[in-house]
Amino acid sequence: MSKAVTALNGVRFTDGIADVAELPMQGMITLRGDLSMAVLKKAVKSNTGLAVPDQGQVAQDGAFAVAWMSPDEVLILCPYGDVQGIIAKLDKALIKAHVLAVDVSDARALFQIAGVHARAVMAKLAPVDVSERSFQPGMFRRTRMAQTAAAFWIADTDTFHIICFRSQARYMFDLLCVAAQKGSEVGRF
Amino acid sequence: MLILTCPCCGQTGEESEFHAGGEAHLTRFGPGSSDDDFENYMFMRQNPKGVHFERWRHVYGCGKWFHAARCTMTLEIFGTYPAQTLEPPPDLRAKISARRPGWSWGAVS
Repeated sequence: MSKAVTALNGVRFTDGIADVAELPMQGMITLRGDLSMAVLKKAVKSNTGLAVPDQGQVAQDGAFAVAWMSPDEVLILCPYGDVQGIIAKLDKALIKAHVLAVDVSDARALFQIAGVHARAVMAKLAPVDVSERSFQPGMFRRTRMAQTAAAFWIADTDTFHIICFRSQARYMFDLLCVAAQKGSEVGRF
Repeated sequence: MLILTCPCCGQTGEESEFHAGGEAHLTRFGPGSSDDDFENYMFMRQNPKGVHFERWRHVYGCGKWFHAARCTMTLEIFGTYPAQTLEPPPDLRAKISARRPGWSWGAVS
């Protein structure tokens, strides 16, 4: 099998008000189905150690995360090498249910924006209230960033993780770099 | 700027996160219907100054369709409700009546 590489080869930008970095290959599994099914909840729990999160939330623990994408979809984040194994286990556990588990790792790009001005950078790009009062750890938001679709959440203190389509990776990186350029602090957060 | 709350994912966002899908609650007249019915279904739309019901899609969010009631004059959003309904729910209609007494929209009031 060919060597998997990220869209921008782990490019970084550290010369601004926040550090922008493309993260290494991240396993991502889209799981669609009725999220209230006990068998689905159990399958997610046994494969990731995490419960299916409530609406608009993300559950994370170590290398795993489960994000609520829509009323019938969750996104499972796991180590890149574990994807096929987890999908096989999900398929087996959910063989009688009307669900779909698909590997979307290579269809997406994952970015990190870190630093005390990370919220300001996000606020410049997304039509979302990202103040500390409104956007808290554990929340997961699908929206747009400038002209492309994105989903983001707080991975750690002052650290946002952003998922976008792989084909939009360069656009997203350039966008984040411009929003994080030197001297562009907003001073509102 | 319209501020919409998606009833499917509960997120509140501004209109650039959504996509308008035209008039709500159309009844389809397809093959076998009369020319008048088909013309009505195909071309005739409400164009009110005031209360209007529309379809919207949370295109950058959860991707689901839903319905919204708004005022075309003030851009006030009265409320949003699921796509799986044939007419505006009673509680929303009561809310609109409180804001716009005597309103009507097609056969709905």
